Amino acid sequence: MKFSILINEGPYTHQASDSAYQFAKAVLAKGHEIFRIFFYHDGVNNATRLTTPPQDDRNIVNRWSKLAEENKLDMVVCVAAAQRRGIVDEGEAKRNGKDATNLAPGFRISGLGQLIEAGIQSDRLVTFGD
Amino acid sequence: MTIKKFMFVNRKAPYGTVYALESLEVVLIAAAFEQDVSLAFLDDGVYQLKKGHNTKGIETKAFEKTYGALEDYDITKLYVDEESMAARGLTADDLCVPVEIMSRAKLGKMIEDQDVVLSF
Amino acid sequence: MLNIVNKSPLDRGALDSCLQAADGGAILLIEDGVYGATKGSAGEAKLKAAAGKFKLYALTADAEARGIADRMMDGVTMVDYGGFVDLVAEYKTCQSWL
Repeated sequence: MKFSILINEGPYTHQASDSAYQFAKAVLAKGHEIFRIFFYHDGVNNATRLTTPPQDDRNIVNRWSKLAEENKLDMVVCVAAAQRRGIVDEGEAKRNGKDATNLAPGFRISGLGQLIEAGIQSDRLVTFGD
Repeated sequence: MTIKKFMFVNRKAPYGTVYALESLEVVLIAAAFEQDVSLAFLDDGVYQLKKGHNTKGIETKAFEKTYGALEDYDITKLYVDEESMAARGLTADDLCVPVEIMSRAKLGKMIEDQDVVLSF
Repeated sequence: MLNIVNKSPLDRGALDSCLQAADGGAILLIEDGVYGATKGSAGEAKLKAAAGKFKLYALTADAEARGIADRMMDGVTMVDYGGFVDLVAEYKTCQSWL
């Protein structure tokens, strides 16, 4: 079965990103496919590579990057939400005159159409939020 | 393209959080993809449709007009929970767009009938 | 429909709204939603009343994290994340009551 996941909240403040991560791992462990993971609202903050969480706790951003790399996952960050919240890749920096980028590995910035497409192409779409 | 029934469930008031505004942005994209789009408003979500948003004092962009513009995108299925309205002292006259007001039970059945349910 | 509730019933109206609006199927409590299924809580009475209409589930990992796994009410089936996936697969659609 094809699953997609929508994550509406950023790391640490809400459990949404944690729950989504555990769910994503379980989806793969069960032999299903993940079509896309889409980050919206404050969920885009899961994609900054600049976090330094305490060493003795989970590193939410890094483990998303690692899961994506190991399983060739498509993790999309909504461009409009990212612009509002300062999640920037090379293209966005050039387009909007920003002097830095912060997008973590494994994420790509794209439009809301990717979320709708995920809803159309997947068998199941699960939302994690507040 | 496959056409699926997308239901956007709105349960939060406007301006106190961003969800009302940003969920509208998804609605418009779903229409651009020619999907079968409906919106459900219950609990504090009904406040989103209260007419007369005046956001000068909070220096925030008002988005009441966007509800009115949905029709231009062929989004006409707006369902509102009558119990949520009553609990908040709202009537149809208070709303900024024409909607179908229905019982909570009927709204639940409408949601059950969808292919994709998005909650914000 | 699989209804996923992630908020405690005494903090937010999500569980109430779900119980009143949803047309049957299943309810899965995750995150702070698991408090709704603890013995002796206001949530227990509501869920007991709804047990005829919904199959009730709660996520073990979230109950254990909160130290309440030993007091989950009867009639709620505890599942792990694999069980969560199975529930999503079983029902044609899911709705998150945030």
